[in-house]
Amino acid sequence: MNQLKNKTLPNIGYFIKEGIVSIKLHGLMSFAAVTVIGACLLIICTFGLVAYNIDLLIDGLASQNEIAVFIDEAMTREQAVALQAAIESIPNVEQCTFVPKEEAFDAYLEMMGEDAYIMEDLREDNPLRDEYRVVMKDVALHDETVDAIKKIEGVGATNSEKEISDRLIQIKTVVNAVSYALVALLGAVSIFIISNTIKLAMFARKDEIAIMKMVGATDGFIRAPFVVEGMTLGLLGGIFALLAEWGVYDFITEKLVASSGLFTMVGWGELWQGLLPLMLGAGVVIGILGSTMTIRKFLRV
Amino acid sequence: MIELQEVYKVYDGTTRALNGVSIKIEDGEFVFVVGPSGSGKSTLIKLLSAELKPTEGKVLVNGFDVSELRRRDIPYLRRTIGVVFQDFRLIDNKTVYENVAFVMRAVGTPTRIIKKRVPYVLELVGLKNKSRRLPHQLSGGEQQRVAIARALVNNPDVIIADEPTGNLDPSRSVELMMLLEKINKLGTTVLVVTHERELVNQLEKRVIAIERGSIISDRTGGYYLDEPVEE
Repeated sequence: MNQLKNKTLPNIGYFIKEGIVSIKLHGLMSFAAVTVIGACLLIICTFGLVAYNIDLLIDGLASQNEIAVFIDEAMTREQAVALQAAIESIPNVEQCTFVPKEEAFDAYLEMMGEDAYIMEDLREDNPLRDEYRVVMKDVALHDETVDAIKKIEGVGATNSEKEISDRLIQIKTVVNAVSYALVALLGAVSIFIISNTIKLAMFARKDEIAIMKMVGATDGFIRAPFVVEGMTLGLLGGIFALLAEWGVYDFITEKLVASSGLFTMVGWGELWQGLLPLMLGAGVVIGILGSTMTIRKFLRV
Repeated sequence: MIELQEVYKVYDGTTRALNGVSIKIEDGEFVFVVGPSGSGKSTLIKLLSAELKPTEGKVLVNGFDVSELRRRDIPYLRRTIGVVFQDFRLIDNKTVYENVAFVMRAVGTPTRIIKKRVPYVLELVGLKNKSRRLPHQLSGGEQQRVAIARALVNNPDVIIADEPTGNLDPSRSVELMMLLEKINKLGTTVLVVTHERELVNQLEKRVIAIERGSIISDRTGGYYLDEPVEE
C-alpha cells in the first residue's frame, strides 16, 4: 500500500496547459472575470494611494512644530512688541520671534513670485497683521500651548500646521474606513466572480473529473488545473488594475492636484515598483481563494 | 485479491441492497457476476471501488479494507482497479491516445513512461492505428476497447467491467470478451457484471449469481441460471 502512495509528481506543465485551455474555452466569462477583478483592485488601490499620500502629508506637517500667533489689529506696534515676554513665559515655548506685518507682506510677495505685482498696490494698506512665530519644545503639548497663548490679551488668532494636520487625520480616518470597507466588499465580489467562473469550468468537465476520481487521481491533482485557472484570472486582473491605476493616478497627480498647487503627491515612478507585487499578489490570492472554494464542493464524488 | 465477509448494505435505513454477502476472488481469476436488475450487482461494484461503504461486514480489495478506508486513501485503492462501464465514459474532446494517457497522468506517471505505455496498451486492444481519432469517430466496439485500454493502462490488479457489452452487437460482444480473457491470461483479475447469458455460458468461467442482495449460486466453470436456485 505504501508503494502506491508515492506522491503525485508535480506535473506543472500539464496543470498550466489545462488551466490556460479552460480560460480560452470560456473566453467571455474569463474576460468578464478579469475585468471585474481588475476594476475592484483598481478602486481599492486608488483609495489606498489617497490614504498613503495623506499619510505622507501629515508626516511632513507634524515635523513643523511652529505656531503663528496673530496680534489683534487694535494693538499698537509697541504693545505688540511688548507681548513677547508674556508669550516666552509659557513653559512649552522654545523660541518666540516677532514678525512685523511689513516683513510678513514682503515674505508673502516673495512666495507669490512672478504674480507678486498684483498685490503690490496693497503695500500701503497692508491687510496682514503683526505676528509672532512661536516654536514649541514639545509638539504633543500643542493644544495646551495654543490655549495659553490665546489667553494673553492682545492675541487675535493662532494658526499652526498641527491644526491642518489634525484635520487631515480626520480625513484620513474616513478614507481608511472607506478603504477597509471597499477591500472587504470588492474582495468578496472578486472572489465570487472567480468562484463562478471556475464553477462553470468544472461543470463543463464534470465527466472528466468523475473519471479522474474513478482511476485514482488525488483531489490535489484534480484541483490543480482549476487553481491555475483561478490564479491566472486573478493575476491578469491584477495586471489590468496596475496599468489602469497608472493612468488614473497620473491623471489625479498631474491634472487635478498639480494644477491646483495646493499640495504635492508622490510620483508614479516611486510607487509602481512597490505596487507591482502587491497588485499581482492580491490578484493571485483572490484567484486561489475563489477557485479552492468552488472545487471543494465538486470533489465530493 | 477481493474478499467480502458477511457484507450488508442498507440504503436509507430500510432498503437492503446486500444481505450478508461473502465472496472470495483470488488473484488472476476471471469471474462473472450475474443477476437481474436491482439484485445488488451495482452496489457490489460501488463497494469494491469505495464509492460506498458497507453498512456491516468487511470489504477487502487488493490489501485495502474499504470498510475502514479514509477518504484521502480512496485514490490509492482505485489505482489498483480498472473500471469499464457500459456507456464507455470517454472524454469527447480528447483523442483515443489522450483518453488513455490522461489516466496515467492523473496518477502522476512521468511523460516518458506514458509515451511508451499508451501505444503498447492501444496495440493490445487493437487500436494502435486509431490513436488520433476522437471517440465519436469510432464504432461502439472500438469505444469500449478504448475504455478497456484506459482501465488497463495503469496496470491494475483487477479489472471490473460493468455490463461492458450492453451497448454492443453480439459479434462485438464476443470480441470484447475475448479481449478480457486475453487480459486475464496476462495475470489481471477480471470481474464482469453482465446479463449476456450466451457469453457467460460460452466462456465457462466462475459465475456468481446474485438475487435480492444474496448470493444464490457460485460455481466455477458454471453457467448463467435461468431461474433462482432454492437453497
